[in-house]
Amino acid sequence: MPRFGSRHATSGQPGFLMTLQDDRAVEPFFRMNGVSKRYGGVRALENADLVVQAGRVHAILGENGAGKSTLIKVMTGVVAPDEGTMLMDGNAVSFRSPADSASHGIACVFQELSLIPDLSVADNITIANPPLKFGMIDQKAQRAITLEALARAGAEDIHPRAMVRDLPLSRRQMVEIAKALVGKPRILILDEATSALTASDVTKVFAVLKRLRSEGLAILYISHRMHEIAELADECTVFRNGQKVASYKAGTKTDNEVVEMMIGREYHSVFPPKPVRSRADTQPVLECRNLGWTDRLKDISFAAGKGEVIGLGGLDGQGQRELLLALFGVLRGTTGSVLIDGKAVSINSPSAARSADVGMALIPEDRKTEGLMLPMTVRENLSFASLDHLSNGGVIDRTKEEALIDEMVKLLAIKTAGIDITVGSLSGGNQQKVVIAKWLMRHPRIILLNDPTRGIDVGTKQEIYQLLRRLADAGAAIVFYSTDYDELIGCCDRVLVLYDGKVVSQLEGGGLTEHALIASALNVDKSRILEVAE
Amino acid sequence: MSEISDHPAASRARVPAFLRKVDPAVATAFGCIILLLVVGSIYSSNFLSPDYLVQQLKVASFLGITAAGMMLVILLGHIDLSVPWVMTMGAMMACAMAGYGTTGHVLAIPFGVFCGALFGLINGFGVAYLRIPSMIITLATNVVAQGLMVLYTGGFSPQDSAPPAVRWLATGFIIPGVPNAILVWAAVSALMVFLFARTAFGRSVYGIGNSERAAYLSGVNTRWIVMTAFVISGALSAFSGVLVAGYASKAAQSMGDAYLLPSIAAVVLGGTSILGGKGSYLGTIAGVILITLLQSILSVMQMPEAGRQIIYGVVIVSMLLLYGRSPATR
Amino acid sequence: MSEWRYWLNEQRGTLMGLAIFIAMFAVYISNHPAGLTANVAQTAANKGVLLAFVAMAQALVVLTAGIDLSVGMIFILTNCIASYIVVGSVGMTTLGIVGTLLAGTACGAINGLLVIYGRLQPIVATISTGAIYFGIALILRPFPGGGVNEDLADALTGRLFGVIPASLVLLFAVVLVVWIPFRKSVLGRAAYAAGSSEPAAFMSGVPIKRGKFAAYCLGGLFAGMGGLFLTFFTYTGDAAYQSGSGYTLWSIAAVVLGGISLFGGRGSAIGAIFGAFAARTTGDMLFVFDVDPLWQPLLQGVVLLLAVSIGAIALFRVRNRLEWFQ
Repeated sequence: MPRFGSRHATSGQPGFLMTLQDDRAVEPFFRMNGVSKRYGGVRALENADLVVQAGRVHAILGENGAGKSTLIKVMTGVVAPDEGTMLMDGNAVSFRSPADSASHGIACVFQELSLIPDLSVADNITIANPPLKFGMIDQKAQRAITLEALARAGAEDIHPRAMVRDLPLSRRQMVEIAKALVGKPRILILDEATSALTASDVTKVFAVLKRLRSEGLAILYISHRMHEIAELADECTVFRNGQKVASYKAGTKTDNEVVEMMIGREYHSVFPPKPVRSRADTQPVLECRNLGWTDRLKDISFAAGKGEVIGLGGLDGQGQRELLLALFGVLRGTTGSVLIDGKAVSINSPSAARSADVGMALIPEDRKTEGLMLPMTVRENLSFASLDHLSNGGVIDRTKEEALIDEMVKLLAIKTAGIDITVGSLSGGNQQKVVIAKWLMRHPRIILLNDPTRGIDVGTKQEIYQLLRRLADAGAAIVFYSTDYDELIGCCDRVLVLYDGKVVSQLEGGGLTEHALIASALNVDKSRILEVAE
Repeated sequence: MSEISDHPAASRARVPAFLRKVDPAVATAFGCIILLLVVGSIYSSNFLSPDYLVQQLKVASFLGITAAGMMLVILLGHIDLSVPWVMTMGAMMACAMAGYGTTGHVLAIPFGVFCGALFGLINGFGVAYLRIPSMIITLATNVVAQGLMVLYTGGFSPQDSAPPAVRWLATGFIIPGVPNAILVWAAVSALMVFLFARTAFGRSVYGIGNSERAAYLSGVNTRWIVMTAFVISGALSAFSGVLVAGYASKAAQSMGDAYLLPSIAAVVLGGTSILGGKGSYLGTIAGVILITLLQSILSVMQMPEAGRQIIYGVVIVSMLLLYGRSPATR
Repeated sequence: MSEWRYWLNEQRGTLMGLAIFIAMFAVYISNHPAGLTANVAQTAANKGVLLAFVAMAQALVVLTAGIDLSVGMIFILTNCIASYIVVGSVGMTTLGIVGTLLAGTACGAINGLLVIYGRLQPIVATISTGAIYFGIALILRPFPGGGVNEDLADALTGRLFGVIPASLVLLFAVVLVVWIPFRKSVLGRAAYAAGSSEPAAFMSGVPIKRGKFAAYCLGGLFAGMGGLFLTFFTYTGDAAYQSGSGYTLWSIAAVVLGGISLFGGRGSAIGAIFGAFAARTTGDMLFVFDVDPLWQPLLQGVVLLLAVSIGAIALFRVRNRLEWFQ
């Protein structure tokens, strides 16, 4: 369940001291009552309630699809609720747009959505309320405001004139935070805002948040990261299926209880058993020797044999994604060599990667923009990677297509109202299944997966774990990047931990433990990590 | 962020199956065709006569063949602004080739089409491999094609007349009562429908139009497909130009100008999204007939050029306001 | 020192446009039999400014991630209108000028309304409105004719102090008084934001609709200035279809040459000016090299083709092929 990130990078007092500090009852100044929102036939929010108090951090937990995002969209004026009321300082309010909500003192730090790429940092930060002189934007005043906002967010290294497009994701997120603070909001909403931040950024941000809390700011913190919530939150509310399940004081429930509230049933993370592996000298299916690419991948070497599930671990952004893309032929200018069945190959495109000689498949990072064509049907998406196999002389063989599609839908238990409905109307888990099924139609020998269970409900995750093990048992070599170390430990035979583009350790068997993973991720002294040979 | 899809398709999925298959845009386009026929018949009873209607279809054929190529390119999210002079070039080169004796006559049409395909290759290479926006590179190749033709004709009207084969293809009759041009258009249409519905190429075109990124990551050779689409578009434009020359018995300067905007309008009025990834060929046929009828009614009414332009513009805007609007963001 | 670095980064496109123009102009002048005389400068400036106005109009729409295929027709229409009303006494002439510019702005506003509030795609909406504007122009001037206040016309197409082309001064003034204030205004920034990323702009509470509308209106205004200037140049109004569509297409070329991204959000109308001058110079260059007039259109096309392909050089630096698909 817990995800890689800054778990041990944040120092600070243990959570319980924070909650003891502010125990007096504070009158909530913002309430949501009975808010509902439906999209088509789907209930995103059903009779939701929320209570927000000044000077408190209120964490909101829930699976994807639980309604957290819709709740935020209603609060920030992005969508209008079908039913329900919102009260601020006792007065009923409704927001017609994000600008409207902002003018009421609600600021939201989005993951990436609200920065204008071709404008400068200063332009972006002051975009809602630019200082004016003679009707035109006052550049000097704007700059002063920007510098102040950046300093308050702990991001002094960012230059006000830098173009947002040129900044890496972590810097952009800091700019988002600075921007949200400019209007001196009363409620600050952070929606998975720390996902792309470096460890030191998270420390700074937490310090900023704690200071703002003591100044009376109400903070809504949406996150999957239990350790961050434990550190920061005063109150917690759990959502499930669009409804509020429980609200409780932080620290009064165990992680397992919380997870059970989130998924509504007893939770045991079940991973399929791993076969005992013999260290026979079988030729590896996929081998990588001294693979390098710009400054993101340095001298990576590993081998994956038939039936092996190899995991890639480490903190975010250490080269795991780039490694998968490099193997799949998307990156140019790679050094080193890749061998398939012992023979060196040069893979220059996904087209080459999926060809019969190589037999690779990649489940990409963002299924909505990279894995699927949302307006197209399930059928069209499923067959899209196999059009060459399904056609004779360019003409698609309909019967063959139908047969294979039926087989895949059954194999993966894809829940859909039919194969001719658009894939955009499926749930996230089923969408991901379509992506996987699309590749399985080619019977790949090597399967690369880029964080495949991100944003997927627990039930589908279990199905995916089972599927991966079955595929491995049938002879595929699997390389699997995940930010969830329970997953890495549960699914993988071996985990390569990456740091700064290099493999800093390979963990397997008894040595594949949470502690070892974390320690390697932080690149702690090697002598303290045990590597147990089978 | 949200797992629940607020995709409009979610509600569309509940519409009964048989109705769902009919694209509202295509239906509206055919509806407007009927409306135009009614309006035209009020003005002149000749309008509904079979002779006249067949004549309209014949004129529509030339636009139709051009629009077929344009639709292919628009489905990919691109546009081909080189149609005017590639058409003219195809016509002129075919007529020129015909001047070389019997071999010339035989090679005339293939040569004209070949020239168009060549320019399509340049466009396609620029768009797919050099990542130049299609609007600007096809603009440039249009000017180049014009330059080549100016050079070739010495600035005068071309003297070569269309070879008999071409004239026959445009104005002859294999089936009594049905001009060959219509048969040619029908053949091209059949090929296009087959391409889109049954081939991997066609399926890939829709996929690339929706998301070239996802198509690329699925292992499809997107660049090659985009380039080939432009080659086909260029070839079809040139072929259409050859036929127009056959109809008029010779090629003419700026004969292609009248086909660019109408072909784009026909494709869009037929329900194909200018952003790519969505559209049915049937709609393009409807759009072509619609535009042709509109131009013809205006001409029958002896509407002066000024009025024609205005009505043309107003009609297209009105139809687009009916069903060509992008969804509201909230 | 780093301030300059950021400024350079922001103005990248415009500076490229300037570089292309200077390169071409240098070649042109060095091969011109008369060299850079006041006369040569005046003619070049006048022709360049004509396209520059239309290119600025196009730039304004392209910045919002749109395209305007009717600019050439607004240009023609306002030319025809001016040939009727920009005549007579000082007062009447002034009113005439105001009327012409208002007409241009109104055309731009119609385009804006259709695209922003009608939610039509810019390509097809402006194809249609272009036809309408041309039709109106044709009604006004079925045959070339009319006139213009000749004193004013001569002054604005002539020279200041005998050396500086008045058209350049006019252009400079327009940039100073119209473009720069717009660029620095809230609406101007909203237009850029909308072109760069409309979803982000919406989330940030930017007045997208008003910003885009302002851009379209200003586009119409610039096209109107172009039409007005054409009247000063030719003394007549002429509903010439070829001319109009030519200007539309070359305005797109000018915009690209001037470093403005067709995807929106990046570039400056000043870049479009350089792009327009560069585009004009290609025609003049061939004249100066004594190239057979028959070869000119071809070579002009080839030069344009090469110019737009320059951007492809950047592809060599791309290390992640996914960047090809944005």
